[in-house]
Amino acid sequence: MPEKNNDRCNFPSQQEYKQMTDKASPPSPSAMNLPRAFVVGGLICCIGQGLTQLYTDVCGLELTQARGATSVSLILLAAILTALGLFAPVARFAGAGTLVPITGFANAMVSPAMEFKSEGYIFGVGAKLFTIAGPVLVYGISASVLYGLLLWLTKLIWG
Amino acid sequence: MKRIGRASFTFSQPPRIVGCASAVGKKEGEGPLGASFDRVFDDNLLGEDSWEKAESRLVTEAVTAALEKTRLTAEDIDAIFTGDLLNQCIASTFGMRAMGIPHVGMYGACSTMASSLIGAAVFTASGAARRSIAVTSSHFSSSERQFRYPLQYGGQRPPTAQWTVTGSGAIILGENDSTEAINRAQITAATIGTIEDLGITDANNMGAAMAPVDVKLTP
Repeated sequence: MPEKNNDRCNFPSQQEYKQMTDKASPPSPSAMNLPRAFVVGGLICCIGQGLTQLYTDVCGLELTQARGATSVSLILLAAILTALGLFAPVARFAGAGTLVPITGFANAMVSPAMEFKSEGYIFGVGAKLFTIAGPVLVYGISASVLYGLLLWLTKLIWG
Repeated sequence: MKRIGRASFTFSQPPRIVGCASAVGKKEGEGPLGASFDRVFDDNLLGEDSWEKAESRLVTEAVTAALEKTRLTAEDIDAIFTGDLLNQCIASTFGMRAMGIPHVGMYGACSTMASSLIGAAVFTASGAARRSIAVTSSHFSSSERQFRYPLQYGGQRPPTAQWTVTGSGAIILGENDSTEAINRAQITAATIGTIEDLGITDANNMGAAMAPVDVKLTP
């Protein structure tokens, strides 16, 4: 019997295998995903607009205050839906439609909190709360600091 | 035992499968194989307070069921080969801590059942153990936590994403000529695969990443 590695089955190269994988892997159904995201994302924005209207017209808040209150309301709503296990099924249907508005951010904070509660409040919830939202915060805040600095410098130079 | 190639060998006294059992979750119980599982749990937490503890229970249940079906006790087993997907293989080690069976822990992702079975077969065929068990487990929810996102996170699963089984399977091997082994299926030969990396980096396409390892078995 030969002792050396004997390739009889024509094992594919990385490139050939990538082609085989691409061929066998079904693509994401964009024709279905895009309208879904558009409708649900638009709906969330409409709810937000409706809430702003409510807060200014009925509750008598200033526009800037009303906008803040709207964000808080949408975050609360997304958090409650996540806690009840209703957010993920909607998000699976809507994709970016629920991910992009502030609702997605709320879900990204609440779902790790729920998931890691079983590992305790310090090493579980506390340590892993930002597992998903962390990168967004780190680079979001870093970028805003950078742009703030640039803005300050340009004002300093060109007054 | 006789080597018949670089990675292959045959057993002169092939060990026989004297018993086996499985314990699974709800979704598996509802599937086309539902009727063939020994223990089906409708509660995927199995009354425990974490997914990891639930997976440990599945291991205990599978081994206990296999022993009961074979009318053996833990005392009759000289070695158990276990493995799962969690950090430090906690599902199988915690699942086995009350049973007092000499234990060998293994990690081989999807190949763990095959590698633990080969280990148990070599032990049994060589006389290192009179009877041995090979057991592995996985749990959908503990795997999602280990490798992917929180369960309630609203991300989308791409069409290539796979669903990890909630379940555990145990196989008891006995010596070829023992009385309980008469007419049972035997393991006559084994081939150990090599690690094959064909460059798949998509964590949502585990099937494509693992397929080359499963097919490339060079004698």
